[in-house]
Amino acid sequence: MAAPPTGDSIALLERFVAALAARGIVSEEEIATQIERTDRASPEIGARMVARAWTDPAYRALLLRDGTAAAEQMGVSMAGAPPLGVLEDSATLHHLVVCTLCSCYPRMVLGYPPHWYKSAAYRARAVRDPRGVLAEWGTVLPDGVGVRVVDSTADYRWMVLPQRPAGTEGWDETRLASIVTRDHLVGVALPSAA
Amino acid sequence: MTFQPGQPVRVKRDFPELRGPCHIRTPHYLRGLDGTIERPLGSFANPEDLAFARPAAKVPLYHVRFDQPSLFNEGAKGDTLLVEIFEHWLEAR
Repeated sequence: MAAPPTGDSIALLERFVAALAARGIVSEEEIATQIERTDRASPEIGARMVARAWTDPAYRALLLRDGTAAAEQMGVSMAGAPPLGVLEDSATLHHLVVCTLCSCYPRMVLGYPPHWYKSAAYRARAVRDPRGVLAEWGTVLPDGVGVRVVDSTADYRWMVLPQRPAGTEGWDETRLASIVTRDHLVGVALPSAA
Repeated sequence: MTFQPGQPVRVKRDFPELRGPCHIRTPHYLRGLDGTIERPLGSFANPEDLAFARPAAKVPLYHVRFDQPSLFNEGAKGDTLLVEIFEHWLEAR
C-alpha cells in the first residue's frame, strides 16, 4: 500500500513538474487537463458502449473493428490516448484482462483502475490460475466456455464486450447499460438481468 | 510485416535484464515459449528505446495466442492467453 504523500514527496513532485515544464516536455496546464479528463471518465462510458453494441449491429461491428472510433462516437475524446481494443465474449469464449507488467487499463472509457487490478496478486494469478481467480469472484462460466486471458503488455488498452444476458429481451440501451459494471468490462464477472 | 495470422512463432529466449538497464514489454513467463500469431496490431515506437529517450523506430506489434496450461503446467485444457508482443521478440518455428 502506498503511504500518503509527505511534504518531502510533494516538494519533489513540484520540482519534477517544474523541470519538465522548463524543458518544454509537459506543462502544468496539460497535466491539469489530463487529470480532469481522467476524473471525468468512469465505467458508465464503457457500459453505454456495450449496451449500444448489444442493440445496434453496426455499432457492434465498429466497436470490435476500431474501439477508439467507437468511443469517439460516444463523445469520448480519445486524442492522445492509446488505441482501444475490444474483445468479444461468445458462447464458447470468455475474456479476462490483466496487465502483468504494470497496470495498463482503458482509463478513457473505464476511469481509474480499481486497487485490486494493480495488485501483485491479481497480476500474477490471472495468467496462471484464471479459473481460480474467477471462482473467487463468484464467477461461474457455463460448461464448454474457454477462458482467454488478455495480458495487456504494450500499446493497446483492452475492454471486454460481454454477452448480452438472457432475460433482457426488449430492454432499451439505458436499461441495458444499468446492468453493466466495471467488473464485467475487465472480465472478472458476468452481467445478469437480475 | 513479417508474420501472418495463424503462423506458429516462438518468443525469443533472451534476458536483456541480465546485461544491464533495460525496459522490456515481453513478460518473463513467455520467454522461449511457443505461440501462434492471432493478428497484427499495427506498428508502434519501440518502448525499449522510448523508455531511455532514444530515437525509437516503429516496430510491428502482434497479438500472439498461447496455450495457457502449457505455460504453467496447470490450468484447464483449451484455455488460452493473448499477449501483445513486438516483432523483434518473435521468431518463426
